[in-house]
Amino acid sequence: MKMAFNILRRHLIVFRHTFWSNMVFNMIEPFLYLSAMGFGLGAYVQDMGGMTYIQFIAPGMVSSASMWAATFECTYASFIRLHFQKTFHAMLAGPATVSDVIAGEVLFGIVKNIVFGIIILVVIGIMGQVQSAWSLLIPVFLILPGTVFSLMALAYTGIITHIDYLNYYITLVTTPMYLFAGVFFPVSSMPKWLQVLAWLNPLYHSVEVCRSLVVGQVSVDLWQHVACLAIFSVILAPLPVYFFKKRLIS
Amino acid sequence: MGFIIQAKNLAKSYGNFRALQGISFQINKGECFGFLGNNGAGKSTTMRMIYGLSTVEEGCLEIFGEKIRPLTPPHIKQVCGIVPQEDNLDPDLTVIENLIVYGGYFNIPSKDARVRGQKLLDFMGLTDKTNVNVERLSGGAKRRVVIARALINQPQIMILDEPTTGLDPEARRLVWQKLRRSKEDGVTMILTTHYMEEAAQLCDRLVIMNNGLILAEGSPETLVREHVLPFVIEVRIPLEMLPTGIDEKILELGGRPEYMVDSLFIFTEQGREIWEKIHKIGLPQHSCYLRSANLEDVFLKLTGKREES
Repeated sequence: MKMAFNILRRHLIVFRHTFWSNMVFNMIEPFLYLSAMGFGLGAYVQDMGGMTYIQFIAPGMVSSASMWAATFECTYASFIRLHFQKTFHAMLAGPATVSDVIAGEVLFGIVKNIVFGIIILVVIGIMGQVQSAWSLLIPVFLILPGTVFSLMALAYTGIITHIDYLNYYITLVTTPMYLFAGVFFPVSSMPKWLQVLAWLNPLYHSVEVCRSLVVGQVSVDLWQHVACLAIFSVILAPLPVYFFKKRLIS
Repeated sequence: MGFIIQAKNLAKSYGNFRALQGISFQINKGECFGFLGNNGAGKSTTMRMIYGLSTVEEGCLEIFGEKIRPLTPPHIKQVCGIVPQEDNLDPDLTVIENLIVYGGYFNIPSKDARVRGQKLLDFMGLTDKTNVNVERLSGGAKRRVVIARALINQPQIMILDEPTTGLDPEARRLVWQKLRRSKEDGVTMILTTHYMEEAAQLCDRLVIMNNGLILAEGSPETLVREHVLPFVIEVRIPLEMLPTGIDEKILELGGRPEYMVDSLFIFTEQGREIWEKIHKIGLPQHSCYLRSANLEDVFLKLTGKREES
């Protein structure tokens, strides 16, 4: 595990170099959604179970921004490190193992996911959309969805051979997760079978927890979501290690 | 048992392709051991097995007396310094950051890694490049940074996979000079190359590889002594334009004709004597070049022969 943190340190040095360009870019998108949906659509949607529309979607922006941050890091950025920059080959020539490399990538995915979660949390706070001090737990909670999104993305990145295939992951996996996670409308308004499927969507669990923490409606039921995310992490963990081994070790 | 690394019948297949067909060698502490061969001879496969990027499946590989199977464990990699064939410096980092981060993988604290890294950069003549992004370095400078990076953990074994491929003559000599210095410090060096001169300059002992097999082993001098005569005359005339019955005439003169890579070479004990008479057998002196035999002749003779058979 020590090695994973040594690898994380490498990523953090790079992150520091690109922090501002990175941050501005990642802030713009949720901000656009918030204003377009919140003010535009929100004018027509008067009541979301006791919340205004913007209140409803704001916490979802925290969850989804974190998901996108971890996903982009562990798809495009990891693919470039794997195939173009040979960063992992260099690490493996040192005393690292493939598991260390994956652990380092996941840790960085988590860090990015937390950083962007916090930024969006601050943004919605400034917009007056944070109601409860429970929100302070969000950065800690985000470790779980960050792990799941990083592992999923890394597993896919390890399977594919060409960078263009990453577009399929974004379009066919991440975007549907984003649209059907209860960010923009409650999952309960979807057909029954989609509601069942939503339980397999890690973003759904993340949105539910973040929304409850932001508005301060905290109950023991939230543990179900936490448990789901923990189970996903355990199931997914061996996959990227397996696929990266096939790519890195001959 | 002075060996640091020992291989017995080490073999490797990728699907149906036998990259290594069973090779055996021993590398002693403190020596520079070379693997000489064409592209695809199996040199890099052997290196990758030693530094843990390829699995050992057939035969036996021992490093520090420890049997490797399937992969070289981290505690052995901890004392190795690797110069891989392709530069894999981190393009997102500056030169010194590359060394600090890499030192971090060996658990060297940042502060120490910075001091040690700076010393290595000074040693490599890269003092003014410390804070430059690696992308902006020339090929030769990048290679020297890779070597500095390989030295950051004060390795006992250095593995150099074609360390000077693609470098200009000056950069190459500079790299050689630095490597000799490290060898002086007692580092065991394992080198692959397809440059004969590089092997002759650096290696105490070497093996010549072709098609996944070792064809010969020894010091550069013994290999030359055992496999070819001391002088060689290169005949720079296309084969089809040579006089007929040339082989017999050469033998009569006391030379030994060898055909390698579509050229005629005359090996001999007495270079000048034959060279002076060579016009008599229909070979103009200006198209014949007399020189001492070297490793390249051994290499061409051994590997050329194999391809014919």
